[in-house]
Amino acid sequence: MSDTKELKAIEKQALASPTEQIKPGPVFTPNVDIFETEKAITLLVDMPGVKADALNVDLRDDTLTLTGDVLPNVGTPGEKVYVEYETGRFYRQFSLSEVIVQEKIDAKLSDGVLRLTLPKVEKVTPRRIAVQAG
Amino acid sequence: MIYRTLFGAPSRRFGSSFADLEGMRRQMERLFETYGDRAHGHTGAGVFPAVNITEDADAYYVSAELPGVNSADLDLNVAANQLTLAGERKISEEAADARYHRREREAGRFSRAVALPGDIDPDNVKAMMVDGVLTVTIAKAEKTKPRKIAVQ
Repeated sequence: MSDTKELKAIEKQALASPTEQIKPGPVFTPNVDIFETEKAITLLVDMPGVKADALNVDLRDDTLTLTGDVLPNVGTPGEKVYVEYETGRFYRQFSLSEVIVQEKIDAKLSDGVLRLTLPKVEKVTPRRIAVQAG
Repeated sequence: MIYRTLFGAPSRRFGSSFADLEGMRRQMERLFETYGDRAHGHTGAGVFPAVNITEDADAYYVSAELPGVNSADLDLNVAANQLTLAGERKISEEAADARYHRREREAGRFSRAVALPGDIDPDNVKAMMVDGVLTVTIAKAEKTKPRKIAVQ
């Protein structure tokens, strides 16, 4: 326990939206871990307060879009006494360089962390073509 | 933006330095206005995790965003008018052949004491962890609850 480091408070990253929003409210950039193995690319995304039905994962062409809304009624009851963080929408977009098997994408949301597994298309074994001199 | 006014203004002369100062002052004010709004209790204590506190007639509600923190790794204590949130955020080890492209999520320990604005009932505290958000409901002490006073 003593060798683990102390967590520091980092303010949530508010996103300056490239386009004008229709709905008011802050937009935040969620923290992600991305790692790749032979078979898949996995994303771990921190989205505290987002329910599964308010989470949207969209893969179109090579663009992966993650949107998660923290509904305002999720918050605690009563009047605000002290405010250190705000809630709103999480939004982040990635462009993928690998070809993904769309049907096998797996998304799990637990304890406010989204685990998204994007299986890569298996590489076709390269075939050497012998050029014959004629 | 400020740089340009300071150094880059082509028409800057000695005679207009007062006007320049005035312009700078205005820009500073605008800057403070923009950030002043956000800084309203928002920068917090600089201690993880950030907390929000709300209250109603019966209780205080302390909430904190702790995504991926197991409730077993949380240690909550109340003493006097203080709530202590301590725990550890663990990030699971992935396969050995995983190559990381990004690592923004952090693991580590945290501990924070939150002073509550009024007296509490330490025997009546509930905590819930839903979707990575911790909510602690702390009942107010009987004497701090608002009481209706009948006018005679």
